[in-house]
Amino acid sequence: MPKLSAAYYTLLTRWHALTGCKYFWPVFMIAGLAFCMAASTFEFLDLYLQLILIYVGINIILTVSLNLINGYMGEFSVGHAGFMAVGAYIASLLTVHVFPPGAQNLLFPLAVLAGGTGAALVGFLVAIPSFKTRGDYLAIVTLAFCMIVKSVLENIDAVGGPRGLLGMEKLTTLPWVFFWTVLSVWVIRNLVYSNFGRGVLSIREDEIASDLMSVNTRQVKIIAFVVSSFFAGIAGGLFAHALQFINPRMFDILKSTDILIMVYLGGIASIAGSITGAVIYTILLEILRPLGIWRMVLMPLMLVLLMIYRPQGIMGMRDARLFKPIRDLVTEKLWRKKKKEAADAAP
Amino acid sequence: MAYIFQQILNALQLGSIYALIALGYTMVYGILTMINFAHGDLFMVGAFFCFLLAFYLHLSFIPTLLLSMLGVAFLGVIIERLAYKPLRNAPRVSAIITALGVGLFLENFTLALSPYPKHIPPLLQNTTWTFGTLSISSLQIIVIVLSLVLMLILDFIVQHTKAGMAMRAISWDKTIVPLMGVSVDKIISLTFAIGTGLGGAAGVMYGLAYPVIDPYMGIMVGWKAFICAVVGGIGNIRGAMIGGFILGGVEIMVGAFFPSTYRDFVAFTLLLILLIVRPYGILGKPHPQKV
Repeated sequence: MPKLSAAYYTLLTRWHALTGCKYFWPVFMIAGLAFCMAASTFEFLDLYLQLILIYVGINIILTVSLNLINGYMGEFSVGHAGFMAVGAYIASLLTVHVFPPGAQNLLFPLAVLAGGTGAALVGFLVAIPSFKTRGDYLAIVTLAFCMIVKSVLENIDAVGGPRGLLGMEKLTTLPWVFFWTVLSVWVIRNLVYSNFGRGVLSIREDEIASDLMSVNTRQVKIIAFVVSSFFAGIAGGLFAHALQFINPRMFDILKSTDILIMVYLGGIASIAGSITGAVIYTILLEILRPLGIWRMVLMPLMLVLLMIYRPQGIMGMRDARLFKPIRDLVTEKLWRKKKKEAADAAP
Repeated sequence: MAYIFQQILNALQLGSIYALIALGYTMVYGILTMINFAHGDLFMVGAFFCFLLAFYLHLSFIPTLLLSMLGVAFLGVIIERLAYKPLRNAPRVSAIITALGVGLFLENFTLALSPYPKHIPPLLQNTTWTFGTLSISSLQIIVIVLSLVLMLILDFIVQHTKAGMAMRAISWDKTIVPLMGVSVDKIISLTFAIGTGLGGAAGVMYGLAYPVIDPYMGIMVGWKAFICAVVGGIGNIRGAMIGGFILGGVEIMVGAFFPSTYRDFVAFTLLLILLIVRPYGILGKPHPQKV
């Protein structure tokens, strides 16, 4: 189809020109924030659409942060919902019991931040077994951690036990979700493309070799787990104040499975992939809502088909140019040129 | 004293069910190095087959058990052929995600067909013998003995038959075995059939012991059985049996002496400690990384 591909390339070059412009990111931020504020104050989007956008944002935070461990570091963590639960409970306890009722709107970011910090501390604890155990055994450690969190929360009566916790005001608004989403994507993107991020990638490729190349693998693992769980905690805090009700069963293994599916749907080791995966999964679930229970049958089926025909996910190990540093783009271009020359030179 | 003996019997009953499911995980892992996360849901399908056969066809215990095992084994082979086989050369994680997807599919498909929890009719005459304060039900004895028999048969198949030798060989070295004239596809299908068949048997026994079944019951039991397999050393068949009885014992004993809500907490904390002390399981061998 020459016509289609020509149109596609025109679009692609226009898109690259647009995103390559140095004003792209500032304009995107301001426009996005303005849109979100307008949407939540003037309500030109109805509340249902706003809620879906909030969920999309929360899921992007969760997916990008899990991608740091599962995609970039190459571990298999299945306990992300546990970190989320810690963040959700800490943030909700603060807003319900500690903060004065008048100042909740002002103090809400503090509550979310506290939730993230709490989750980060727990993430630090989970990182310690990862020094010795790898692969499937580390998966079990994170799984057991997720179940321990759920079981502990069910046994503490002060946080409602199995009945759950309620009484949160609806503090999660669209601008806040936009802010935290952009912050998490920005932090993790910069982390991954920094010098430290190369250490994370080297652990995925070969832990012993990276150790020999003087990468401090323990430090890298701890920082990766802490950052990832911090953002999971923040997503938890936002989630609790969007739903205004949490109970331990929300954060069980099914929630972790959901996040995993979004990560691998979008493709591992790709920021753009994580965002795509989270957006597609969340919106598709909402679009298919008229199907009732059958959408839950259809979604896994589509996932299986996607995995069979495209095992690496939608983006799979590639990232959009948008998220790559210019240095990387130049290196890639040189490398391709060299490869082409070598191919031309060969008979 | 009688109380402790009673709890030991309960622990054996739960442990044998866990062990049967854990065997399925560990066999598939040993041969494909893939975690079949759909296994817990195949266990659930086994319980639902048992319900269908017992409730609608009024079959007695033995045909129900055999037909359920056969049905689940058939389903397992179909899943392997359709979903896992195309992914044999794909990255390992894609296969795991596919397995998660298949599991979700089975759960939600069953949920869509039967939204309410089902009650399995009593298949066996349950007689209870009492010795002083100790009461032993025939059901418990049947569950324990039957699963022990199944495990012995499995052990015989794996250790003393030609197919079993091929299975062990494939888990030893996957590239050389086809050169020796072993049909790898057939052996993998056979492994899936045996492993998921045992899971189906566990589903029937679980339905006998705890008769209310629902589509989501496979999740928790499945993950716990997976933990048993890891505790015993994943890929090791005898390890999975030991792991099953250990987790069953711990859960029942915690439930017997503490409030039962602490059960999961204590069980998983013990698991974490065990994994930190012995990261490759009880019978597993450490795999040193080579450069």
